[in-house]
Amino acid sequence: MFTRFLSFAILLCAANAALATPQIQHWEAPSGARVYFVEDHSLPMLDVAVDFPAGSGYDVAGKVGVANLTYGMLDLGAQGLSEDEVASKLADIGAQMSGQFDDDRAGLRLRTLSNPAERDVALDILGRCLQWPLFPEPVLAREKARLIAALKEEETQPESIANKAFDKAVFGVHPYGWHVEVADVEKIQRAELDSFYRAHYGANTAVVALMGDVTRAQAEAIAQRLTASLPAGGADPRVPAVMIRIKPSEQRIPHPASQSHILTGAPGVARNDEDYFPLYVGNYILGGGGFVSRLMNEVREKRGLAYSVYSYFIPMQQPGLFEIGLQTKKDQADESLRLVRKVLREFVDKGVTEKELRAAKQNIIGGFPLRIDSNRKILDYLSVIGFYELPLTYLDDFTRNVDKVTPRQIHDAFKRRIDPDALATVIVGAPEDKAGAAK
Amino acid sequence: MRIHLLVVALLLLVSSAARAEVFERTLSNGLNVIVKEDHRAPVLVQQVWYHVGSMDENTGATGVAHVLEHMMFKGTVEVPAGQFSKIIAAAGGRENAFTSYDHTAYFQQLHKSELKLAMRLESDRMHNLQMAKREFDKEIKVVMEERRWRTDDDPHALMYEKLLATAYKEHPYHHPVIGWMVDLQNMTDADAQKWYRTWYAPNDATLVIAGDVKADEVFAMAERYYGRIPAVKLPERKAVGEAPQLGIQRIVVKAPAELPYLIMAYHAPTLRDSEKDWKPYALEVLAGVLDGNSSARLNKALVREQQVAMDVGVGYDSVARGPGLFVLEATPSEGKTVGDVERALREQLALLVRDGVNAQELERVKAQVTAGEVYKRDSVFYQAMQIGQLETAGLSYKDIPVMLRKLQAVTAQQVQDVAREMFNDDHLTVATLDPQPLSDKPRHVGGAAHVH
Repeated sequence: MFTRFLSFAILLCAANAALATPQIQHWEAPSGARVYFVEDHSLPMLDVAVDFPAGSGYDVAGKVGVANLTYGMLDLGAQGLSEDEVASKLADIGAQMSGQFDDDRAGLRLRTLSNPAERDVALDILGRCLQWPLFPEPVLAREKARLIAALKEEETQPESIANKAFDKAVFGVHPYGWHVEVADVEKIQRAELDSFYRAHYGANTAVVALMGDVTRAQAEAIAQRLTASLPAGGADPRVPAVMIRIKPSEQRIPHPASQSHILTGAPGVARNDEDYFPLYVGNYILGGGGFVSRLMNEVREKRGLAYSVYSYFIPMQQPGLFEIGLQTKKDQADESLRLVRKVLREFVDKGVTEKELRAAKQNIIGGFPLRIDSNRKILDYLSVIGFYELPLTYLDDFTRNVDKVTPRQIHDAFKRRIDPDALATVIVGAPEDKAGAAK
Repeated sequence: MRIHLLVVALLLLVSSAARAEVFERTLSNGLNVIVKEDHRAPVLVQQVWYHVGSMDENTGATGVAHVLEHMMFKGTVEVPAGQFSKIIAAAGGRENAFTSYDHTAYFQQLHKSELKLAMRLESDRMHNLQMAKREFDKEIKVVMEERRWRTDDDPHALMYEKLLATAYKEHPYHHPVIGWMVDLQNMTDADAQKWYRTWYAPNDATLVIAGDVKADEVFAMAERYYGRIPAVKLPERKAVGEAPQLGIQRIVVKAPAELPYLIMAYHAPTLRDSEKDWKPYALEVLAGVLDGNSSARLNKALVREQQVAMDVGVGYDSVARGPGLFVLEATPSEGKTVGDVERALREQLALLVRDGVNAQELERVKAQVTAGEVYKRDSVFYQAMQIGQLETAGLSYKDIPVMLRKLQAVTAQQVQDVAREMFNDDHLTVATLDPQPLSDKPRHVGGAAHVH
């Protein structure tokens, strides 16, 4: 399917006041897990998410990839269930299990019918995967081989090459910048998964989100049942600090593709940062607002240089990526990069106009109902609010927080955070005659 | 269009229109209006589906349906270029459009109070589009970049494009939706203009509104905004088909990659008569038995047990205007070849043809369909999508409950029968990716190439 433009479903917690926001119930389970629940009986279904601070940011040097494989193996064999039984028994009742894995979070998601016959089986399977995963040796060997093959493939594809080089250039030796390599995977042992699991999947750092057709009493029982037998945990739930200031760099990496893939950026903002709202609203104007952003207007609408051009912040526990990206045919790469840099510099130097800010607020505030119009979306918010310990009123406050943002705050936040002279830049499939040239 | 994995295909096929509130009315100018009421959240989606897609294009002008889709944002007298998106954004909306073989569709998602705005803008560009040459000249470059990004530089997409061009010899599914690059290079604003004048009319469209709306109010508003647009005499559409393939076809695609890749595509029927047909339902179930969950036959045998493949997938979509394909795809494990994977896949198909499917496998697929029916209701957008896809494939939203019932009635014997008939080498096209090394393989980027 060919769409007019590419939209990014980056999870940015956002919301409105004019609209009834979901009533979030919160408590701590006897196990110690933090629980977030929205009761809604309009559809006979239940969504559950259980997350842990066990993403790739918790890998340690020399053992990169352990977090990822631990997460990946959770549903591939658990007490009383082979990997095939996990999948087939869920399918038998039409339940769907998926997951969440990024630099901070690792966890499982379950969607099931709320009818007790289906729900109980589904929750039993989820509970076993979370609390008694087996990490079977032969399955691990196979998954390592699959991961290695996938990594080798990624090393040939321009987008993957660009992302990897870019993360490394932005985050240096911080785990946010690490990408697992073939050699890392080869040496991973079952015992490392086991000890990572025992240290990072403890109940005291678990976040359980429940959305749908159960009562409060049922939700309490479910949360306890999913977390009561988790391991002791005890690992530090904090990710190491990110170095905010980076040295400017530019890498031009040859590739036979017809387009250059261009990424430029720096460490951005943490989820709990005071600058979050000014940066989020400001970025809507810069390159986050689909067709109405400055980058889209200059690069695509005025000049036809690219199909997709965007900017975003990925707010994490520590400052995550601020990234601008585009793809364009090779002989336009240098022109496009110059243009992007000019747009960013002007944005940081001069800030936004009242008119732009008004339009941004209209969209973000007016569009709030669309952010919470399904159980799935509300579940995602519950997970984020729980994991990052955002206020329970986060959704109620969101539109007010957006509305409060001033042009001056945006200007000030970008000026302090984004230095156009200190960005990491990666060009994969760089124009060949200039490959290796300094900027 | 990419291969749909089974879950998606199944969700697509089934729906709960039987109990849901769906209303339909055809305006005097021929515009078909379908309203799906869903009052869970104060939002709505408007989708206009034009019954024209890339399969209606002519040789030398492939890609024009999609190019026009881009041009639809380039302004009318009342709403100049770029304003459409700005106005929708200011109303808190999200909007986009998409083109496929069978249709071209435009949508806006908004708060329920904004239906009037959405209708005013969408009806305006149904008949007032201005085709400025300078806008076309920029936008055609954008589309070429889109083609490079989606297809030319993506080995699997490229392979799929070449596979379709091999499997379909006569039917226009032979041509890619985005168009061949040379056709894009030769396209003019006049081509897009002609396409617009020929096909964009109320009597060639279905308007789907879903969400927190009242059907009567929607019909009244549709009458006001769309009702005044005159109908157009549409060109006669010649029936197109695909003569039987007379023997196996094999192609090789070379592209920069590490791993080889295999696609096997068998010609397969699509739904024409939801009540009388049975094969498309049996094929949906067959796809579920082979690949409906991670312990389904193919993943269990090829990836988990034999470890001959690192990934395997099945694609089949029963809803389409034209003839379908039943597609198997796999990536060989390290040290294995596409030949090994093809043998392993064929072995599984032979087993299925010989022994059929067991009752448990059958029930499992049906349970997934039943649950998917409930889950589907979590998305207003998706429910509207399903209606539009059916309507533009020559079916109707009224077929939804029929399809669900027929799917639940599929027997093990039917699955075996359809497998026996379909898995015939004479109707098979096999594509393999022959991975090419990068000229300068960036195994260790970041070190030497790093310049400050």
